Amino acid sequence: MSQTPDFLDGNAAAGELQSVFGTDMTMASGRCRGCDEEMVLAQAHAYLGGPGMVLRCPGCEGVLMRLVRSPSQMWLDAGGLAYVQMPVPA
Amino acid sequence: MARAAVPRRLGGRLRWKPARLTDRRVESQVARTLVFEVPDWPGHLAGQHVDVRLTAEDGYSTQRSYSLASAADGEHVELTVQRVDDGEVSPYLTEDLAVGDVVELRGPVGGWFVWRPEQKEPILLVGGGSGLVPLMAMIRMRRAVGSRTPFRLVYSVRSPEHQLFVSELRLDDPGLDKTYLYSRSTPPQWPRPPGRFTASDLSSAGWPPDFEPTCYVCGSTGFVETAAGLLVALGHHPARIRTERFGPSQ
Ligand SMILES: Cc1cc2nc3c(=O)[nH]c(=O)nc-3n(C[C@H](O)[C@H](O)[C@H](O)COP(=O)(O)OP(=O)(O)OC[C@H]3O[C@@H](n4cnc5c(N)ncnc54)[C@H](O)[C@@H]3O)c2cc1C
Ligand SMILES: [Zn+2]
Repeated sequence: MSQTPDFLDGNAAAGELQSVFGTDMTMASGRCRGCDEEMVLAQAHAYLGGPGMVLRCPGCEGVLMRLVRSPSQMWLDAGGLAYVQMPVPA
Repeated sequence: MARAAVPRRLGGRLRWKPARLTDRRVESQVARTLVFEVPDWPGHLAGQHVDVRLTAEDGYSTQRSYSLASAADGEHVELTVQRVDDGEVSPYLTEDLAVGDVVELRGPVGGWFVWRPEQKEPILLVGGGSGLVPLMAMIRMRRAVGSRTPFRLVYSVRSPEHQLFVSELRLDDPGLDKTYLYSRSTPPQWPRPPGRFTASDLSSAGWPPDFEPTCYVCGSTGFVETAAGLLVALGHHPARIRTERFGPSQ
C-alpha cells in the first residue's frame, strides 16, 4: 500500500495567512527559489499539523514559507520564495 | 443600522466572529448540516471555507476548516460536517452542539477553490465523501444565479447511506449531469459493482480534455491524489485542475 501524503493544500491555510497578512494570500503568486516553479500559494503543499505552519513547493517539496506563532510573537521565514505578489489588503 | 455600501467580500484582516447554531438537518447516517447565524456575514463565494474554533471552559481551544455548503444567503451560513469516528471536533459538531450554542468562525477564506458564475468553460466536479460539500455550494450557486454553464458531477461515496444531499441532487437541474460511484456497497440493482473509481469512470462521466473544462477535485487527501492523477493521465492540463484536500484518508 502506498502511503497517503500528510499534507493539505495551501488553500487550507487561508484563514491563518489572512489573519496575519490582512489579504487573501492563497491567491498570492510566488516563485520557488529552489526550482523556479511559479504558483499561487493555494497550490502549495500545506503541513499544518506541527507547532507552526509550513508551505512546501508542489514541484520540488522545498520549504517556501514557515510561520510559527507564540502567544506574543510570530516568526516568519519566507526564504524559499524568490518573490511574492499579493492582492493589496482591503 | 447602516451597513457599508460595498461589503468586503475578500481580504481584510480576519477576526473570529461568534456564530449561533439556529438549525440542524440530518444529511446522511453520519453527516449533519449545521445552520449558523453570523451577524454581519459579508457573503461568500462558492467553494470558500471557514475556520471553526471551539474553546473549552478551561481555555483549551482547537480549530478545523469547513467548507461553506450554501450559496450566500444573508447572515445564515451552512456547514455540512461528516463525523470522523475517532475525531476530536467532528463528533462534537455533529452530535453535541445544540441549537442556541455558539462557536467562533473565521472567514470566508480562500479565493482559489471557487467557482464564479462569470466563468464560461464547462465544469467537472469530482467529489469523494464529504468532498461533495464545496462542490454542492457551486451547484447551488449555479442554480441560484440561473447559470447555464454545463456542469458534470462525479461523486464517489462509500455506500448509499453515506451519500450527501440525496433528495436535492435528485431534482432536475438542467445542464447538470450526475454520476455516482459506490466504493463499498451500491443501491439495489445498480449496474456498476462497488469498487474504487478508475480512469474509465472519469473519462466516461467527465469531459474530454479538448473541451478545456476546469476540474474541481475535493475529498480526502488520498482521494484527491488519485483523482487528480487520473485526470492528468487522461490529458487534462494540471493548470485546469483545482484541488481541495480535506485531510487523511480513513
Ligand atoms: C479547507 C478544508 C475544508 C473542509 N471542509 C469540510 C467539510 O465541509 N465537511 C467535513 O466534514 N470536513 C471538512 N474538512 C475536514 C475537517 O476540517 C476535519 O479534518 C474533519 O472534520 C475531522 O476533524 P476531527 O477533529 O473530527 O478529526 P481529528 O481529531 O482531527 O482526526 C481524527 C482522526 O481522523 C483522521 N482525519 C482527520 N481529518 C480527516 C478527514 N477529513 N477525513 C478522514 N479522516 C480524517 C486523522 O488523521 C485522525 O486519525 C475540511 C478540511 C479542509 C482543510
Ligand atoms: Zn520548488
